[in-house]
This record gives sequence, structure tokens and C-alpha cells, in this order.
Amino acid sequence: MKRYSAFAVAREAFRHHAGWERAWRNPEPKKSYDVIIIGAGGHGLATAFWLGKNHGITNVAVIEKGWLGGGNTGRNTTIIRSNYLQDPSAAIYEKSRSLYETMSQDVNYNIMFSPRGVMMLAQTHHEVRGYLRTEHANNLQGVATTFVGPEKVKELCPIINIDGPRYPVLGALWQPRGGTARHDAVAWGYARACSDMGMDIIQQCEVTGVRQQGGQVTGVDTTKGAIDCKKLGIVVAGHSGVLADMAGFRLPLESVALQALVSEPIKPCMDVVVMANTVHGYMSQSDKGEMVIGGGTDGYNNYTQRGSFHHIEETVRALIETFPMISRLKMLRQWGGIVDVTGDRSPIIGKTPLGNCFINCGWGTGGFKAIPGSGWATAEMIAKGEPGPLAAEFGMDRFKEGRFIDESVAAGVAH
Amino acid sequence: MLTLNCPYCGIAADETELSPGGQAHLKRFGPGSSEDEFEGYLFMRENPRGVHFERWRHSNGCGKWFHAARCTSTLEVFGTYSAQTVEPPAELRKTISEKRPGWSWGEFS
Ligand SMILES: Cc1cc2nc3c(=O)[nH]c(=O)nc-3n(C[C@H](O)[C@H](O)[C@H](O)COP(=O)(O)OP(=O)(O)OC[C@H]3O[C@@H](n4cnc5c(N)ncnc54)[C@H](O)[C@@H]3O)c2cc1C
Ligand SMILES: [Zn+2]
Repeated sequence: MKRYSAFAVAREAFRHHAGWERAWRNPEPKKSYDVIIIGAGGHGLATAFWLGKNHGITNVAVIEKGWLGGGNTGRNTTIIRSNYLQDPSAAIYEKSRSLYETMSQDVNYNIMFSPRGVMMLAQTHHEVRGYLRTEHANNLQGVATTFVGPEKVKELCPIINIDGPRYPVLGALWQPRGGTARHDAVAWGYARACSDMGMDIIQQCEVTGVRQQGGQVTGVDTTKGAIDCKKLGIVVAGHSGVLADMAGFRLPLESVALQALVSEPIKPCMDVVVMANTVHGYMSQSDKGEMVIGGGTDGYNNYTQRGSFHHIEETVRALIETFPMISRLKMLRQWGGIVDVTGDRSPIIGKTPLGNCFINCGWGTGGFKAIPGSGWATAEMIAKGEPGPLAAEFGMDRFKEGRFIDESVAAGVAH
Repeated sequence: MLTLNCPYCGIAADETELSPGGQAHLKRFGPGSSEDEFEGYLFMRENPRGVHFERWRHSNGCGKWFHAARCTSTLEVFGTYSAQTVEPPAELRKTISEKRPGWSWGEFS
């Protein structure tokens, strides 16, 4: 693989850009692999990447039914933060945030990580108390966050109306090192690096069955035929229940639609990410100038990647109250993804009842921020056969044992 | 937009009139039940790509709970029925079988 660099750009400029290579190979599947990862979203690709980088396992296939990054990874609003409440969450999200800082160098691909700061507004007294608690917890966990007052909110984001009639802004939890990144680039960067290590990324290939013998996984059936493997990682977000069904176990999660939308591009007006959990909306401005907007999930099970229009209306209504200047903006695009939501709003990373079959799912509405760290932890688990310290608490047994990692209170909306 | 017929008022209710209430026909478990039973009751949900049975409330209408049968991969509504039952009516199951041969859901098929 030729490296991307300023020199490469200059070199190609002199020869009509004729020398750029394809970013990844498009191979046919081999008969067997050491590890198969199902799902070429961010989490699946990051798992493959760290399997190669940290554990030297490169006889790996990542199997994707659509195109890589076409699931939630390419549909999300890219908020990255790590100021969660519980210790296991803070550990894995902070690992992930810090890996985002060096990812462009690690994969030699510009993922446009922009640590512009993330602000979560407190608009009720209950929320103020909740965020003060998170601030204290984060200080003990070594995650840099502070609670700031309304004046600071206005200073950081002048377009906010802090004196709204229903929900005045009482303060905010502020994580200056949070931010955004280019979602496609995260998938593409990992895909290119994995392909370069000799891994096969097989797109347009749906897994239709999980093969097993004597309680151990032996391979998968796909629309391109059967493929054997020694170990299997299921990393399919909204379709986790479907894959678990193929593998013969159940998961404590449900699949629902989450939507987002972007406006027409406007001049720079906001250089932080703002989340307003009480009124259910959040917004940031992309490098192209579009306002990127999201809200809460739909309320019922859905696999169609289409959501209900009235949720868009609610989100926009809430944000117009918070940011009056957007009231005349035209919206350009709107879309949905299917997110896998668990009872405690924390992910599942763990072994499954099927031997040598591992799962990473349940990231729900907020797993983009976790991609590098989750891949790191999942790769470690697949390589060693047991979850390491980052993943240990996230096993699916926690629901039976009552060891919840409860983030549902901490993150009213999502992300 | 989702439209469900409220079996009590008999009107076609728009989604904005309704509140979703999750999976229908849950078996409840109380004191003395095993950990597996509690886990199943509290956290394990049918999450099918296909036929699903749900509870809904006509919250901005008559206020009553009812049941609906839907397809989660096409958003087709197979029908709605009263909440005063522990299983989907035979008639509705027949309709679903004609449209989705071989379906099964929990202990029903
Ligand atoms: C609208 C929206 C906004 C969001 N905003 C944010 C945000 O601001 N910040 C944040 O941190 N998170 C956010 N998220 C959540 C985030 O997008 C997800 O948690 C994350 O992208 C999940 O990544 P993944 O790799 O697990 O899943 P995906 O990217 O969905 O990848 C799973 C892949 O598996 C494939 N697959 C499924 N079934 C099969 C099969 N049978 N065979 C082969 N392949 C299969 C799918 O095609 C898909 O490509 C948002 C999500 C949505 C929908
Ligand atoms: Zn009614």
C-alpha cells in the first residue's frame, strides 16, 4: 500500500492523479479463516484492525451484507465524548476517545477528528444535580470534564438562547476534548489498513447461518457459500438479534429506529457540539457548514432504517427553542438507522453460549465514539479467548446477575 | 406514518395518538422465581425481523391498552385486538400465516 502524505498529493498532482491505488482489495472469500468478523461497520473493522496490530492475527475476513460503513457507522452524527457516569463506561469510552486522537496517524488516513468540545445542557434542576454527580465521578475516573454556568455556555456557543421560557439553560457539562470525526473516514481508514495487513473485506455477502459442531462454532453460511473459521465475532448492531438467533441464543436488546437530519450549509456559526437532553435534541456544524441534528429514538421495534416523522418534528421544535436562529433553515436530508438498545443503555462485549463465538453489540444510539476502544477490547477478547479488563464488565450475564452498568439516567437522549 | 385501528373506539388512530408499550403476551414472574425466569421476564425480548406482537395505548384517544400485530421488516400492520386476552386471536394468526408462511413468535405460530 502506498502511504498517503503531503508528498503523495504533490506527486499525484504532477501526473493527473493517475497513480492513486484502490484503498482496499475486493476479494472473493477463501475457504477458511482464523477469525471471521460479521459486520463491516466501525466496530467490526476496528476489531479486525486491532486483531492484526495488537495480536498479529491477520488471517481474518470481515463479512458485510451491504457496503462497508453503510450501517449505523455511516448514518450517525459523530459525537465523541467520554464523560459517562459508571466506571466501566468511563474506562472504555475514554480509551476510545484517546485512540481517536492518534487514529489518523495509526491508520494513515485523515479521519478529521475535531476535538471541538461537547456541551450537554442542564435545563432542569434534576439535570444540574445529575451532571454535578457525573463531574465528580469523572474527576475520580481521570476524565476531564467540568460543570459550567449559563454565562460560560453563552460564551462557548453564542447562538444559544439561554433564557428560553420553558427550559432556561442552568448550566452544562462541558468536555473540551470531546468532538466529532468524519464517520465514513473511520470505516474507510480501518478498511484500508486491514486490507493492507492482508485481511479480506468481503462486501455484498450476507451471513445466513452460523455453523456449529459440539457446541463450538465452525463457520458461517453466506450468500457466497460456506466459509470456515476457528473463531467468530458478531458485530452487527441493529441485526444482533437476528444473528444471535442463527447462532442459537438470545440477547437482552431490542432494535429501534434512530433518525438524524442536516440543514442546508451556512456560514460557520457554532464551533462546539451541543446536546440538550431534556428537550431531546442535539446539534453541531459540519465542516461543510450543514447543521447536523439528531434526537431520540422511535418507540417501537423496527428493521426498516426509516423512522417516524413526528420524532423529527419534535427534535426540530426543541432545537428551534434552543437555537432560535435556525428557525428558517431548510433541511436537506433526513435518514434513519437501526440501533440495538439494551436495558441499561450499555453495550454487550462478551463470550456467547456458543464456543469460540464472541459478540459486540448493544451500542444503541451512542457507539460511534466507542469504535477504536471497543475494537481494541473485542480484539483482545477474541485473541485470548477471554475478555480483558476493558471488556470484562460488559458481558451479557450482567442482566441475570443484576450488575447493570446503568447509563440510562446519565444520558437522557443518547450519545 | 404508522396507523393502528383502536379495537375499542374502532377508529384508525395515527401514531401521534398512540403510545408504544413494548412486547405483548409477556409471562410475568414474581417472588420465588429463578434467576433465568427473572432475566427472561425483565430483559429478554422478542426482537424479530418480521412478525411481532405488541402492546399499544390509545393515549390521546380512549386511553385504553390494546394489542397489535405488525411486521418489523416492512411496517405492515396485520391487525389489532383487545388486550383482554393472553394470546393472539386464531383468526389473526391465520391471516398472518397466509402472508408469512412458517412464521413463529415466542410460543405462537
Ligand atoms: C441517526 C444516528 C445517530 C447517531 N449518532 C451518534 C453520535 O452522535 N455519537 C455516537 O457515538 N454514536 C451515534 N450513533 C450510534 C452509532 O452509529 C452506532 O453505535 C455505531 O455506528 C455502531 O457501529 P457498528 O459497527 O456496531 O454497527 P454498524 O455500523 O451498523 O455495522 C454493522 C454492519 O453489520 C452488517 N450486517 C448486519 N447483518 C449482517 C449479516 N447477516 N451479514 C453480514 N453483515 C451484516 C450491516 O450491514 C452493517 O454494515 C448514532 C446512530 C444513528 C442511527
Ligand atoms: Zn381508542
